Amino acid sequence: MSEILGIYTLWLREVKRYMREKTRLVSSFFQPLIWLVIFGSGMRFSTGIGVINYQQFIFPGVVGQTLLFTSMFMGISVIWDREFGFLKEILVAPISRVSIFVGKMLGDSTDAVIQGSFVLLYSFVVGIDMDIKTFLLSLPLMMLITFGLVSVGLTLASFMESLESFGVIQTFVNLPLFFLSGALFPVDQVPEWLRWVSIIDPLTYGVDALRIVILKGAWTPLFPLHYDLLALFIFDMAMILVGTIVFGRRR
Amino acid sequence: MIDVKDLTRRFGSLTAVDRLNFTVQPGEVFGLLGPNGAGKTTTLFMLCTILKPSFGTAIVNGFDVVKHPSQVRRSIGIVFQEPSVDDRLTGRENLEMHANLYGVPRSEQKKRINEVLELVELEDRADSLIRTYSGGMRRRLEMARGLVHYPKVLFLDEPTLGLDPQTREHIWSYIADLSKRKNITMILTTHYMEEADKLCDRIAIIDYGKIIALDEPKRLKEGLEGDIISIKTGAVKKLSEKLKEIKSLKDITQLESELKVIVKGGDSIIPRIVEVAVNSGIHIQSMSIREPTLEDVFLHYTGRKIRPETSEEYHALIARRRRSIK
Repeated sequence: MSEILGIYTLWLREVKRYMREKTRLVSSFFQPLIWLVIFGSGMRFSTGIGVINYQQFIFPGVVGQTLLFTSMFMGISVIWDREFGFLKEILVAPISRVSIFVGKMLGDSTDAVIQGSFVLLYSFVVGIDMDIKTFLLSLPLMMLITFGLVSVGLTLASFMESLESFGVIQTFVNLPLFFLSGALFPVDQVPEWLRWVSIIDPLTYGVDALRIVILKGAWTPLFPLHYDLLALFIFDMAMILVGTIVFGRRR
Repeated sequence: MIDVKDLTRRFGSLTAVDRLNFTVQPGEVFGLLGPNGAGKTTTLFMLCTILKPSFGTAIVNGFDVVKHPSQVRRSIGIVFQEPSVDDRLTGRENLEMHANLYGVPRSEQKKRINEVLELVELEDRADSLIRTYSGGMRRRLEMARGLVHYPKVLFLDEPTLGLDPQTREHIWSYIADLSKRKNITMILTTHYMEEADKLCDRIAIIDYGKIIALDEPKRLKEGLEGDIISIKTGAVKKLSEKLKEIKSLKDITQLESELKVIVKGGDSIIPRIVEVAVNSGIHIQSMSIREPTLEDVFLHYTGRKIRPETSEEYHALIARRRRSIK
C-alpha cells in the first residue's frame, strides 16, 4: 500500500512540476506546428505519398517525435534532481527503488503524453478528421510508446554527470531514433540497409501504430497493429527492467 | 538508540571512516565534530542507509542499517547539508509529498504539517514556491520536513553551514527547543566548535575517519586540565625552545605566529614566560589567557586547527559527494 502511495506521490510531483513550466508548455505548442506547417508544406509539393498528402503522412510522425523528445528530456531531467539534491530526499524515503523508478517513469510518461495530445489537436491544420474515439485510442498507445523511452532516458541519466551531456543524447539517441522511425519518410521505400536499421528502432513500431490509429484505412501499415503493440510492449518491459536494475544499485 | 560497532567505509584506497565505535542514548543530542573531509558526513550517510558500510555494523532504533534499511528509514529524519527540497513546489507541497512517502496517515497529515510549519515559523510562507525562499527559510523547511513523520532519530548534517549568524542562532534555538520538547534523539555533524558546544550533550571529535575524543563538551575541555595561554611573537620557534626550560610547561603547540600553551594555574606562569622571553631577547607582541574551548581540545589532540577549507576545496568536496549518490 505504502509503495503504491509512494508511486502516486512521485507521479503527482512530476506532473505538477510539468504543468508549472509555462515556457516549455508554450514551446511545446509551437514546435509541432513548425514541423507540420513549414516542413510539411514544403515537402508536400515535392513528394507524393499515395492517397494522403505529405502533411497528413508526417502528422503521426510528429506526434511520435514529440513523444520521443519529451520522454527523453523528462527522463534525463533526473539529473536536475540529483544536482539540486532532491534525489537524496527520495532515495532515503522508506519506499523501494523499484517504486521510485516506476513513479518517476509514470510521471514523466504522463507529461510526454500530455504533450503528445497537444499535437493531436493540430489534426485540423493538416485536414485529418480527429474524432473522440481516435483521440481516446491514441492515449493508451502513446503511453505504451513513452514508457520505454522514458526508461531509456532515466537509465542514461544515471550514468551521466551533468546536463551538459544532453547534447550527446540529442545526437546519438534522439535524432537517429527519430529519423529511422519512418516519421518523415516511408521506410518501405528506402534502401535495404536503412530498412534493417529501422526495424530495430522501437519508435518505428510506435509511429506505425499511430498511423494505423490516426490515418485508419488511408495508411497501409508496415506491420499488423498487434505486431506493433507487441514490439512496443517487449521494448517497454526490457527498458523498465534495465532501468530498475540501474536505479537499484546501492553503493 | 544508536549502536555503532567498528563502522568502516572505504572509497577505493581511501578509508573515509575507520572503525568507529559509539552509542547514543535515547533523547541525547550527539555531535560529530571535525574538519571537512574528516568522515562525518560519510558516517551519517551510513547511519541513514545512503551508503553501505565496507565493514562493521550500525543499529539505529533497533534495526541494522544493512539488513533492514527500510525500517531504519522509517525511524529517522534527515536534514541534509545541501538543499534537497523541490524548488518548483511550495513549502506545503514538499511537506505533503514527504508525509506520503513516509506513510503518514492522510487524516493526520494536515495537523502535523501545520504543527511543524509553526515550529519553524513558516506558516505564512507555506504556500509560496520554494524558489522564492531565502537560504535560511529553506533550511528551516527542511528541518520541518525531517519531523513530519515523527522520527525517533533526527540527523542534521551541518545544519547551519553557509547561514548568516542571525539565522544560525535561530536554527540553534529550534534544535535546542526540539530536543527539550519532543525528547527526540539527534545526531548532528558540524565543524563549528561553538555549535557543538552549545547544542550537544556529548561530542565525538573525528579526524581522518577516527574518533580521537568522545565525551561531554564540558569534560572534554576540563580534560585539558588547565588554562590556555596564547603568545603572539615573531620568533615562535625560538621561544618554544626556551619555554621548555620551565618545567611545568609541557603542552606547547606552535602555530604560524603564535604559541599555545596549556598549563595549570596559568596566572602564575605568565610572569615566568615574560621573564624567559626578556632574558632571551625575544619580543612578545601580545599575550592572553583564557579557559579552553573545543577548538583547543581539537588542537590538543591533532596539533591542527579546525579550519573551514577554502570555498574551492569545499565545492569540490560537495561535487564529489553528489556524484556518489546515484
